[in-house]
Amino acid sequence: MARAPQRGAWLLRPWAKPLVFALCLAPLAWLVFGAAADRLGANPAEALIRALGDWTLRFLCITLAVTPLRLAAGLAPLARYRRMLGLFTFFYALLHLLAYAGFDMGLDAQEIARDVAKRPFILVGMLTFALLLILAATSFNAAVRWLGGRRWQRLHRGVYAVAPLALLHFWWMRAGKNDFAEVLVYAAILGALLLSRLPPMRRILLHKQ
Amino acid sequence: MPIRPHDNGFTHPRASEITPRAVYASRRALLQQLAGGAALAGWAGRSAWAQTPLYVPPGRLPALPSQRSAVAGAMTMEKVTDYKDATSYNNFYEFGTDKGDPAKNAATLKTRPWTVAVEGLVNRPRSFDIDELLKLAPQEERIYRLRCVEGWSMVIPWVGYSLAELIRRVEPQGSARYVEFVTLADKATMPGVGSRVLDWPYTEGLRLDEAMHPLTLLTFGMYGEVLPHQNGAPVRIVVPWKYGFKSAKSLVKIRFVEHEPGTAWNKAAKNEYGFYSNVNPDVAHPRWSQATERRIGEDGLFAKKRKTLLFNGYEAQVGQLYGGMDLKKFY
Repeated sequence: MARAPQRGAWLLRPWAKPLVFALCLAPLAWLVFGAAADRLGANPAEALIRALGDWTLRFLCITLAVTPLRLAAGLAPLARYRRMLGLFTFFYALLHLLAYAGFDMGLDAQEIARDVAKRPFILVGMLTFALLLILAATSFNAAVRWLGGRRWQRLHRGVYAVAPLALLHFWWMRAGKNDFAEVLVYAAILGALLLSRLPPMRRILLHKQ
Repeated sequence: MPIRPHDNGFTHPRASEITPRAVYASRRALLQQLAGGAALAGWAGRSAWAQTPLYVPPGRLPALPSQRSAVAGAMTMEKVTDYKDATSYNNFYEFGTDKGDPAKNAATLKTRPWTVAVEGLVNRPRSFDIDELLKLAPQEERIYRLRCVEGWSMVIPWVGYSLAELIRRVEPQGSARYVEFVTLADKATMPGVGSRVLDWPYTEGLRLDEAMHPLTLLTFGMYGEVLPHQNGAPVRIVVPWKYGFKSAKSLVKIRFVEHEPGTAWNKAAKNEYGFYSNVNPDVAHPRWSQATERRIGEDGLFAKKRKTLLFNGYEAQVGQLYGGMDLKKFY
């Protein structure tokens, strides 16, 4: 008797991972093209910094959606993509930080230090980045072995702290305009993704299969 | 009183902004050639050299002819921001909070018929029709720096006349110490007015002596044409030494009052937006350092930000209005 094909088996095909990798780079390619073609509006530096921040948040949502989606849709092969998506979240956060440091602060370390001290939302952004940096730095197989599976997992649950910190950073930035519509959208999505981790929600998700 | 250098108001152009001699000479040569062609062209060529163009007229909206202003400090010699940038990147929350929103959404604004009511503590309160206002005093061209509290700046050629011209005609009473500006809040044509971002209508205010200062401009146009909707058509205020949000757009009412009026941003976030809001590199906003600014359209993505000047560089003209005031307290 032939085994029923695994759901989402195409995710295991040799071309699938490079394809997802290329898709993850598409926003960056689009921004680089926009900058080169002078299509980022009157203030391209601001447009770049903001867009890279937006993409960091989006990749955070995508990364956190992997597990609930895997459980709810029975897409076991999705697990193979979690680390790559998490690293792309870090990648866009790094570009966001570099764009801020380069375009806004002229790569002046003293200027950045002053800015961090003066503006709490920048400090929160830096903390969020520091957390992502720790997770990225320990994302390799060797790090898992070195830390031990259990400790490694506990450390990587730190991603649950990244979500509220990133939201606080975004909220604080938008507080100047009293304009929280977009912040609320991300808060709803990230909130739902975090709630899905709670044991009762996990059971419901699993039950649906 | 401390002695301050008085050259801040006349910031000299940076070397990069001065037209290179070779380019300048070749333009002259071209004009001379043209002038050689015909007697009439010779005359045109002469007047063309006398005044190199400060910007290219956009040719989008009806022209608003004006004369060069003789008011001290009214003509900065800095490079004028591109019309495209000045009209596509601005804040006008009645049309949305994104800086691209006003240009996208303001087409619905109806600027005729339009009246501005002038009331309160004046001997001659009355309503002015916009066409009457346009002719009230000679229109002047003024090239002002504009500094937004968000840390960006532009250089814009405005067309209008000193607000003082209007104020004199309505004869403020002795008890009038402040002027309040009320702007249009029309839910039907302004999609942002439905939001709770601000308390509508948008209101702003100036002390009477600030409003009477010759640099305070009642503005009807920019780049030689009438104001585009997104920049506050048909009539707005421009106060060049204060952050941009002090300059109320699409005015419908001017009231003379005794006490400091509440302003839209002060009501929304008291600790962030003071009544005065003078441009000041030493008083940081909680979200934006005010020490430097990005000049829109300048030298591309990797241009260094420039230092912000006290009173946006208009200290020589307006510094005396704030003598003895603690600008950290009255921010």
